[in-house]
Amino acid sequence: MPNLKEVRNRITSVNSTSQITSAMKMVSAAKLRRAQDAITQLRPYASKLKDVLENVTATMESSSGSIYAEKRAENNILIVPITSNRGLCGAFNANVIKLTNRLIREDYSGKNISIFPVGKKANDFFKKSNLTLFKENGEANILFDKLTFENVAPFAEEVMAAFANKQFDKVVLVYNRFKNAAVQLPTAEQLLPVEQAENTDVSSTEYIYEPNKEFIVNELIPKSLKIQFYKALLDSHAAEHGARMTAMHKATDNAKELLRTLRISYNKARQAAITNEILEIVGGANALKG
Amino acid sequence: MYLEIITPDKIVYEGEVEYVQLPGSEGSFGILKNHAPIIASLGKGELNFTDIKNQKQTMNINGGVVEVLNNKISVLAEQIL
Repeated sequence: MPNLKEVRNRITSVNSTSQITSAMKMVSAAKLRRAQDAITQLRPYASKLKDVLENVTATMESSSGSIYAEKRAENNILIVPITSNRGLCGAFNANVIKLTNRLIREDYSGKNISIFPVGKKANDFFKKSNLTLFKENGEANILFDKLTFENVAPFAEEVMAAFANKQFDKVVLVYNRFKNAAVQLPTAEQLLPVEQAENTDVSSTEYIYEPNKEFIVNELIPKSLKIQFYKALLDSHAAEHGARMTAMHKATDNAKELLRTLRISYNKARQAAITNEILEIVGGANALKG
Repeated sequence: MYLEIITPDKIVYEGEVEYVQLPGSEGSFGILKNHAPIIASLGKGELNFTDIKNQKQTMNINGGVVEVLNNKISVLAEQIL
């Protein structure tokens, strides 16, 4: 029979744990809303930019000329795993790290691989591995404190410059895509070189280009790359809070279930103790009578 | 004609306007109703517009691109200063 006091202590500790997890769930739900709004607000910009870029490239023979579209032999690969700074969000970070490791082992085995970890979790993990880190002291971790385009753009520019300098031949982003609050899809997405979507329907409108087409394409491609990088971060940020919310919801449910079984065993123990006492009293009284 | 000013962080302005003056990368230019379709790159500078109540507004942008098509002006600014 479990000790009454022990069970009581466990009940209190499980209770306070469930209070913490349910509070964390609330916090994540609020943060998720904000992160989701941020993505929704980026979408009009991203889609308009894509439209304009397509309009311009559709009337051009080829998009060649941009240094970011240059295809080279893939010898030096940069992988950018995007994780969170904090844990307690289920398999969120493990999924990204797992997918990155699979890419290293299978898709790019034998290649010269560098890692640019974003987020403390990826940084901690890949520091221990023997892979070359592009930025090792985790400067990119501060990004999540204030996730704005102005803060993200310099990091994207650095990656783009490294590609332009031929330090890397291919850049891949690995992150959790936000589908809804409960579902995150670990995704690997090629950032560089730029893949041009085949555009079959040639737009009928004849635009005036100011100053000229090439100038606009060369200006828009880096812009859309930065947006792609920023969007991956926002996606991951929203997915993180979604994952944490789900994880904390499950933890709260588990704590409630545990609490229920603990209460039953507590009550059983209490009942047994009372029965024992009564037996002792009755036994004592009988002994006096006899 | 309809003007929208969009940055990566939010939609800054949406509404009917009479006139827009934009800081093109090769000099400032204005757009009135029924302008021909144009895609122009923008530099750093002042963006002025007059809305249908004849109210003038000014914003500072640091580069971007503008598309004008069928009396719809979309300004994609990188940042509003």
